[in-house]
Amino acid sequence: MAKIEFEIPKLEEYSEVPNLEPDTMAHLETFRAKPEFQEALGFQGELSENWKDQAIEAMGDLLGKYRSLQVYMDSCVKCGSCTDKCHYYLGTKDPKNMPVARQDLMRKVYRRYFTFAGKYFPKLVGAEDLTEDTLNEWYNYYHQCSQCRRCSVFCPYGIDTAEISMAAREIMDRIGLGDKYCNEIIGKVYRIGNNLGLPGPALQDTLEGLEEDVMDDFGVEVKYPLDVKGSDILLVTPSADFFAEPHVDGLIGYGKVFHEAGVSWTLSTKASEAANFGMFIGSYENMRKVSLRIREAALELGVKRIVFGECGHAWRVAYAFLNTLAGPFDFLDPEYPVPQHILEFTWNEMQKGTLNIDKSENDDMVLTFHDSCNVARATRMGTEPGGQYEIPRNVIKAVCNNYVDMADETIREKTFCCGGGGGLLTDDLMELRVKGAKPRAEALQNAVNDHGVTHMAAICAICKSQFTKVLPYYGFDMDQIVSVHQLVSNAIVLTGQNDENEEEDESAEDAA
Amino acid sequence: MSFLSIAIAGLFVIATLVLVVGLVRRIMIYAKVPAPLKIATTPAPTTKGGVVLRMFREVAFFESLFKSNKWIWLFGVLFHLGLLLVLLRHTRYFLPSYAPIEWVQPFGKYAAFAMVAGLFGLWARRFLVDRVKYITGPSDHLILLLLILIGISGASMTFVSHVDVVGVKAFFTGLMTFSPSNIPSDPLLIIHLVLVAILMIIFPYSKLLHGVGVFFSPSRNQVDNPREERHLSDWARKLEENS
Repeated sequence: MAKIEFEIPKLEEYSEVPNLEPDTMAHLETFRAKPEFQEALGFQGELSENWKDQAIEAMGDLLGKYRSLQVYMDSCVKCGSCTDKCHYYLGTKDPKNMPVARQDLMRKVYRRYFTFAGKYFPKLVGAEDLTEDTLNEWYNYYHQCSQCRRCSVFCPYGIDTAEISMAAREIMDRIGLGDKYCNEIIGKVYRIGNNLGLPGPALQDTLEGLEEDVMDDFGVEVKYPLDVKGSDILLVTPSADFFAEPHVDGLIGYGKVFHEAGVSWTLSTKASEAANFGMFIGSYENMRKVSLRIREAALELGVKRIVFGECGHAWRVAYAFLNTLAGPFDFLDPEYPVPQHILEFTWNEMQKGTLNIDKSENDDMVLTFHDSCNVARATRMGTEPGGQYEIPRNVIKAVCNNYVDMADETIREKTFCCGGGGGLLTDDLMELRVKGAKPRAEALQNAVNDHGVTHMAAICAICKSQFTKVLPYYGFDMDQIVSVHQLVSNAIVLTGQNDENEEEDESAEDAA
Repeated sequence: MSFLSIAIAGLFVIATLVLVVGLVRRIMIYAKVPAPLKIATTPAPTTKGGVVLRMFREVAFFESLFKSNKWIWLFGVLFHLGLLLVLLRHTRYFLPSYAPIEWVQPFGKYAAFAMVAGLFGLWARRFLVDRVKYITGPSDHLILLLLILIGISGASMTFVSHVDVVGVKAFFTGLMTFSPSNIPSDPLLIIHLVLVAILMIIFPYSKLLHGVGVFFSPSRNQVDNPREERHLSDWARKLEENS
């Protein structure tokens, strides 16, 4: 794809809400899915003659299935509370990237076909017929929402634009207008088992490579097992963890933690992917089908527990939806939550004292932490509300001496999306991804200037991929993004390890 | 009975019916449509009691709005709190006198100013803030205009030109037993009442539904316990049984 020229936003010391610049992003759209990829997911291949009727019928169906959609369509008062909250609006200035305006693309159609006022007084309440232009706007702007839920935090009625984007994508998929990136990936999960299409032998090869690396570096036989029946723990992790940087350093870390904790664990070929793109396209059926692989893998391998690796949207589906979609998990050990996050596991081990930590191994860094949007606003870790903020920070602080938070209005429940979530991590949308990363880049730059921050840790495969690709546009290096379990990995002193482990620093530099 | 009294009586019977039937229908729809997934905006309470508290903070203090934007919050609170006090004060036209109604009278009297001030503040934002201007449609202006006119016409009867409140009370208590007396034929009163009836009629068919919607918002009213309890909607259960 030819590289499109666009202006990179300037980072400011004090973030200001930009004035509107209509249609700055109207040109941007993702490639559309080919019929074969649509049909593999149970959707119509392409738009038919009567697409309009089908779309309205699909909307009616979803209004009857999702209370969120029905209530959110009715409840917005256009107060403006959300208008300056979306990173895509802040980065692109396109008014249709304001959450309320994004919602209104669907709301105007809802009002026209499903409400009294919209049927009889359409002009008065801004109701409009569904036209081809509107459908195209849906396609553009509902693929410019990363479903990060920041708007829902600030809405007085909790209206979550993610719910509306998901519904819009589901409607479009059903009538034959799907997004290539998401739908092809889901197809790959069905055919091969993971988003990247890595077959079993390739996984085996990669994992053996990791074992050799750790052996070479530390002289300890840390195992990275695949499809080992009878293991205690099934680890489900995003497939990017198998090869991408800095993801793989996190995977090495998980293995070291399991090794030191003395538990048996395994990965699974069948469930070699934690991410569930079924959520991005709002399809309950596809989300369920993807989730059931994990249940099947757990049953086949006879494990007692399921643990998820570092991944944001995956943790949302795992934490909030897995029990619904693929439960009940009464065949697993009731002592442990199903599923557990790897950070919950590691933090527990740290409290038990099973891990031998040398914090000075991370002294070359000053860390900050990027709260991944879906972890922050759609899930929990541990038993207390807000554990999803504290446990990652606790773990980082337990393995690093230098940690500072970014500005309060950019972390925890107010965190900014990385700009690549929600099924938007495709090169088709590079302009959106760069501009959408502006609020996070700004906060990071300020932390660099004020506190000498050198690295930002993340716990999501998408965040890590997005940042390593996009932050260089703002003058950062790609190796300034690290996995939390990479930090853990650096600091863990393996039982019986040899003393010389200086190679580690080299590998971090190589990635630059 | 005068024609005017019959017309106003008829209008209020219709308005009340539309309001009640319309709202009950909406509430039944909201209650019937399942929330198939746990989508509480976290951090969220892990108990039902916690959810009740969260909802109370949301409805009583506009907690999320406070986090978001202090101006909208201020104007929103001025309007809604003012309206609440004014409404409480108005119960004296429908109910026999009792102590709480007496206490609220002086507050309710001046609350009208807070209410109208809040409405003007909210309206000003629709012209002054370009983002809010962009999302504002004709109905958003008209609803504000309607509420402001209701507030001003009402306050005028208290502070400018007094109306025969005993007559008003007799009319409405009579209407409630379907034996209305004549309504005082004060133009301000008639304007006020017609506007209120219009507000009641549009309530179930407009964005005013937010007053009901907030209680049904899954991101605010769900307990954060998806790992502990399996949450399954009826249609999802059928989906499972058929596969």
